[in-house]
Amino acid sequence: MIQPAKPDLVTVNIDGKEIAVPKGTNVIEAARQLNVDVPHYCYHPKLAVVGNCRMCLVEMGMPAVDPATKAPIMDEATGKQKINWIPRPQIGCGTNVAPGMHIKTTSPMVKDAREGVMEFLLINHPLDCPICDQAGECKLQEQATAYGRGYSRFIEQKNVKPKRTQLGPRVTLDDERCVLCSRCIRFSRDVAGEDVLGFVDRGSYSTLTCHPDKKLEHNYSLNTVDICPVGALTSTDFRFKMRVWFLKQTKAICTESSVGANTVVWSREGVIYRITPRRNDEVNDTWMTDSGRLLYKAVAAENRLKTAGSLDALVAEAAKLLKAGSVAIVGSGRATVEEQFALKKLAAATGASVALVSRVGEGDKLLLSADRNPNVRGALVTGLITQLPSAQLTALAADIDAGKVKTILTHGEDLVAAGLTAAQLAKVNVVALATHADATTAAAKVVIPTLTAFEKSGTFVNQQFRIQKFATAVPGPAGATDDLAVLAKLTAALGAQTPGATVGAIWNTLAAEVPALATITYANLPETGLLLDATPWQGLPFVEGETLHHKPAAAASA
Amino acid sequence: MSAPAQTRIIFKHIDETGYTNDIECYLRNGGYEVLKKAVGMKPEDLREEVKKAGLRGRGGAGFPCGFKWSLVDRKSGKPIYLIVNADESEPGTFKDRYIIHQDPHQLIEGIMISCFANDVKQAYIYIRGEMPEGARILEKAIAEAKAKNFVGPNILGTGYSCEIYVHRGAGAYICGEETGLIESLEGKRANPRIKPPYFPAVLGLYQCPTIVNNVETLCHVKHIVDMTGEAYAKIGTPNNTGTRIFCVSGHVQRPGYYEFPAGTITMGQLLNDVCGGPLPGRTFKAVIPGGSSAKVLRFGERYKGKRKVGAEMVEYDWGVEDVPMDFDSLAMIGSMGGSGGVIVMDDSVNMVEALANINAFYQHESCGQCTPCREGSLWMKKITTRMVHGDARPQDGALLKSVADQIPGRTICAFGEACSWPTQSFYLKFKDEFDGYSEQKKTLPADRLTIV
Repeated sequence: MIQPAKPDLVTVNIDGKEIAVPKGTNVIEAARQLNVDVPHYCYHPKLAVVGNCRMCLVEMGMPAVDPATKAPIMDEATGKQKINWIPRPQIGCGTNVAPGMHIKTTSPMVKDAREGVMEFLLINHPLDCPICDQAGECKLQEQATAYGRGYSRFIEQKNVKPKRTQLGPRVTLDDERCVLCSRCIRFSRDVAGEDVLGFVDRGSYSTLTCHPDKKLEHNYSLNTVDICPVGALTSTDFRFKMRVWFLKQTKAICTESSVGANTVVWSREGVIYRITPRRNDEVNDTWMTDSGRLLYKAVAAENRLKTAGSLDALVAEAAKLLKAGSVAIVGSGRATVEEQFALKKLAAATGASVALVSRVGEGDKLLLSADRNPNVRGALVTGLITQLPSAQLTALAADIDAGKVKTILTHGEDLVAAGLTAAQLAKVNVVALATHADATTAAAKVVIPTLTAFEKSGTFVNQQFRIQKFATAVPGPAGATDDLAVLAKLTAALGAQTPGATVGAIWNTLAAEVPALATITYANLPETGLLLDATPWQGLPFVEGETLHHKPAAAASA
Repeated sequence: MSAPAQTRIIFKHIDETGYTNDIECYLRNGGYEVLKKAVGMKPEDLREEVKKAGLRGRGGAGFPCGFKWSLVDRKSGKPIYLIVNADESEPGTFKDRYIIHQDPHQLIEGIMISCFANDVKQAYIYIRGEMPEGARILEKAIAEAKAKNFVGPNILGTGYSCEIYVHRGAGAYICGEETGLIESLEGKRANPRIKPPYFPAVLGLYQCPTIVNNVETLCHVKHIVDMTGEAYAKIGTPNNTGTRIFCVSGHVQRPGYYEFPAGTITMGQLLNDVCGGPLPGRTFKAVIPGGSSAKVLRFGERYKGKRKVGAEMVEYDWGVEDVPMDFDSLAMIGSMGGSGGVIVMDDSVNMVEALANINAFYQHESCGQCTPCREGSLWMKKITTRMVHGDARPQDGALLKSVADQIPGRTICAFGEACSWPTQSFYLKFKDEFDGYSEQKKTLPADRLTIV
């Protein structure tokens, strides 16, 4: 890996502690590195700085120098260089560090400024926390507790504003709660590239709304809900469903495309309520698509497959078909690295050929890539395939027509959707490992219900060849089994050695047998993932175009 | 004591019988001769003259004009813009409008000299939305000046070209704030920008170096070049050079605009001798010396301290009447010269009700971008409105002051000061009136708030 050039470091003093941070860092971020909280609303590390909430006011000083000679002026009492403190508080977000800069975040001036801003923010705020979805993750609540005075002096009428504006299909706005930080406006304009939001009216009557004839309907609209520091922008889907403090957070990876956006799955008692992005500065910053957030609906879909029967009986039946020979295997770019490796072992045990089904859509140049399979590169890395898949299983169809194939094992792929006809399927025995009922499971001899990505753990390799892990968010339904366990049982039934029935077990074999993963262990895989050496697959014609933090090799060289 | 004589430089022809705002009249009176002189000089020499003149901005802040010009980034390779701030909106101020209406070519000549001095190729006059007549007059005047080759390509055969455009605002006080003005000129909401990094001299209009000057300031430039900076600096007092136009409004016998050398006339002379004193049977109670955002002065209070006269420190003990009308003296006694809008209030005025009026204005004009000003200005307005029209409480004055104290110095632009200084100073100077208002109100006539 190429090491980034060492940035110029600047040493600053924050509350008496010195820290060296890269040039261009602002005071909020520098303080964060010292675990010093500088409260803020409008500032967001991934958005333009506007400095309008005034919550991050700090006291700032610079070392004194003689204006004529530029020689440092020393303070005789301390023997150190004198600090010229600026008499007014300065904003931490808009102030970049400078050599020798001194910052106070707890001085009386700062305390007074914060208390003033907190009071101002709350006077026209409805204080409807008991019915507000943001409660529990609300910056206004947190900072009022930490930095507010704790009582109100406001006896006037509060401003009245619209309470439930549908800004778009997925976002509902309560204008009375809005603190006018403009994060959502900047996000829509600068990140999502659709300038749809703005303020109308002036002063405290300023109101967030969509521009005339526009709606907040781009595929990133729910990010405005995430970055809203208060309860103004709410997800229409999540609104009034669940208190956030009841929810369990599980780190996950979005399966929508090969971008592999890092996510958090929020669940309670086995039910998923929402998905939000998780910051990864190398992959998705702090964003994700709206469409990716809805994938959890598949978990409780009506056509979800469950079996009332015994798994062992199903495995035995499937094994019988696989033992008969002339087997073809259809793997999946949606399966995990571990599953793809296990499937490769099963393929070896049956002597079967393996095909994958590609899914290509249009990329949006941001966080939705053209390859809608999250893990095609995992199949390459594990050696399940050596060439990129095509959308149609034409070679397999020809083999069926030629009578070369008697049994097809499909791991989660709908063969009909991949181009096989009902007549072709009727000629062969289909063993389907699947999560949802479709034309293939309807035609299959054996159907073994398995788990969705939310119900298992594992790893995906995204378009950057970054391997990222995810954990189990919710348990699978009764009557569905972890894919790895099914694959292990099938392999064992064929008399071959299984690579392991769990993620933990399989990684011992993975690291030993897959060169690209040789030095990695699942447990030690960093949260931000690990870039693998992509050299062996450099020449392949990957379908992805440019997205955030990813430039395809062809585009990069062009 | 007789009224001191005015020294009219900028207002020389204002209200002069027979003087019209067309170019022929201007030329008959020696118009554009200074521009002809200026284009024969070196730009840096012109800038030096303005510096020597000690000209301070007439928009309100009194920032030294020559220094402002010296901050302009001339090495970036980007075009330099000049913006004429004609968004005269400070309550109590009405000087720029008269220049534009009656002597627009004086302004255009001043603009052209300033543009030439700063190598500006495009200048914009940002005129207040409520002055459509002024905009029409300026458009006509620019067309006339273009026809005579004073504006446009290859001015007076020098090879120097410069265009002037008139841009009308949409009616917001905040557009007078220079970075808000720039945003508005760029077609956006007039939200003032954060400084740093957006200092107009470096990152102004379209992120290019930009000079923003008040109408009157640019007119002064013409006269500085005409008489030389050194001669100009002799008008007025040291550090407060040139003339100042005072727009006197309120309870005096002869309100109006008066031009005097800065610092040579006291408040008392201005109000009593020039403006004829209080209305019959009334006495002066308070005066706001520099537009409604300046801190109010109470007649009867004394200001003591030391000030520099020449090289010596001299003690002073002034009443309001004794204060010389210049930037530094007014700043010394805790107010400001501001835009020169002198608002006079006599003993018929209830200070709570006067403040309610001022607060309503500033609340309405807060852009709403940053929290202290947005919420503070409305809160102060709600309190004073409630005091006047609803239930007043004895503690409201102290609350008002406390709210106002949370605003200045914590906002993006100087509007934070503008909206909080009236409340702070009204309460400080008329504490008894605020604290006793709830009781006093019971005895006030009910029809006192109807506008006659």
